[in-house]
Amino acid sequence: METKITTKKELDYVFTVRDVSVSYGDFTAVKNVSMDMFKNNITAFIGPSGCGKSTLIRSFNRMNDLIPNAAVNGEINYQGINLYDKEVDPVQVRRRIGMVFQKPNPFPKSIRENITFGLKVNNMTDNLDDRVEKALTQAALWDEVKNDLDKNALDLSGGQQQRLCIARTIAVEPDTILMDEPCSALDPVATKKIEDLMQILVKDFSILIVTHNMQQASRVSNYCAFFTTKATDDGRRTGELVEYSDTKTMFTNPSESLTEEYISGRFG
Amino acid sequence: MNNSQLLKGSKKERELKELAFLTILYLCVTVAIVTLMTLIYDVISTGYSRLLSDYELGLINKVTIDNPKDFLTSLDSRDPLKAGIGPAFAGTIWLMVIVIASTFPLGAGAAIYLQEFAPRNKLTRFIELNLTNLAGVPSVIYGLMGLAVFVRLAGFGRSVLSGGLTLTLLILPVVIVASREALKAVPDTIRQGALALGSTRFQAIFRQVVPSAIPGMVTGMVLGLSRAIGETAPLIFMGALTYVNYYPDTPLSGFTAIPIQVYNWIGYPQSEWKDTSSAGIILLLGLLLSMNALALIIRNRFEKDW
Repeated sequence: METKITTKKELDYVFTVRDVSVSYGDFTAVKNVSMDMFKNNITAFIGPSGCGKSTLIRSFNRMNDLIPNAAVNGEINYQGINLYDKEVDPVQVRRRIGMVFQKPNPFPKSIRENITFGLKVNNMTDNLDDRVEKALTQAALWDEVKNDLDKNALDLSGGQQQRLCIARTIAVEPDTILMDEPCSALDPVATKKIEDLMQILVKDFSILIVTHNMQQASRVSNYCAFFTTKATDDGRRTGELVEYSDTKTMFTNPSESLTEEYISGRFG
Repeated sequence: MNNSQLLKGSKKERELKELAFLTILYLCVTVAIVTLMTLIYDVISTGYSRLLSDYELGLINKVTIDNPKDFLTSLDSRDPLKAGIGPAFAGTIWLMVIVIASTFPLGAGAAIYLQEFAPRNKLTRFIELNLTNLAGVPSVIYGLMGLAVFVRLAGFGRSVLSGGLTLTLLILPVVIVASREALKAVPDTIRQGALALGSTRFQAIFRQVVPSAIPGMVTGMVLGLSRAIGETAPLIFMGALTYVNYYPDTPLSGFTAIPIQVYNWIGYPQSEWKDTSSAGIILLLGLLLSMNALALIIRNRFEKDW
């Protein structure tokens, strides 16, 4: 009976994180994180600047590989596979686990080419037009751009650019989307559109979002992880996971006093 | 303090100082512009009659001794009124083609490697430092090297190929540095965006980063090229001919180039040679200015506001 429950639970997790520390050279950015993230849910990482939440999310699709000296210790299991296993190809990881960045970063090309680039490098070139339309529709952008697919993506507004970045991410059919403060460069109207979009996307994708904005975390997420920084012996600051629970509990009845202080605005 | 003095300072005095300083700056600009304009005016006023003869202006319909034939296409001559810049013009075109063909792959390749792939270690830094140093080496030194390597060692002789390759070496450091700057200007978020979609490093670099940097790379290349065609010293050192009475027809032909031809003409005593030289200078200036304009157009047309 117990085994059965464990198996079922493992299948429900998109990531299981065990004792993960991320460091740059001799500086540890975040340490000893253990948590399990549920599939088809929105998990938010909140916490003050420098608490390592962005660093951590970037190790979930091995974007940290691009930074010299970056090292990930511990285990990040994605559907039961350790992402940092020697056999694992980071290119395949990123194809399955998409990422949307803080600042909208469309390629300086047409809207269509922004979507087709990912499709082409992943050999998904059948029905290109259909795939473009589907991705843009899913990202709630199709109606605004369907007549301008050959327009340069840099001519779109910031909010549209960010939805285009979401569209090109979901075009390659990942199952998880990492969002690193996706709304921090956007105005409230554009932010609301992205938040509404996330509620639709979560039916098909597992979403991890890093946000500075506690209201955003409470609005959009099902689960919430609160990180903070603690001074280490050498005087530098290292991020730590303080509390991880469902969002409602965290915002109404946090178990740690640090969490309560942060949420009620007494620090951070 | 008396209230009438409130908000009143030494406004007049300050304005006077500012005016004086602005006048000095204005003078600096004027000196540069006036010098250039005088030079251009002088050259055009002496040279235009040779560049466009009465025949070409349509005033007469026959070439005579007094009305020399086409300056741009005719061969060099001992008679200043008959001497044309044809072979030198052709030599310069040959040089440009060879320089473009060899600089583009070498310059772009080196820049892409150094900027995108090279590990950040001592060797890379040493190479970078030396690239900057090479850009400052006097051009005659490249002429000596061209003579030793291309003319003698490679056995290309004193040919237009040797000349083009020598000029390639001359502008390569500048082109590599400019191309690297163009690559550096492509934001990292573009690389990350491409990688996050499951592209490989090569795909991210060659399908997103390099195409975005091409306008900047081409601009650097055109500016390098315009420097190359104005060079005289390395070509003379390398052994380019000064009196050429034929068009170069293969890469291994002997050749001369516009600046060498002008340098040669200007040494003759007869005063008519002054007009002929000026006509050559107009042609060279026209080539240089149009290439710089092309670089400007490419930069403005394709410049991206990230």
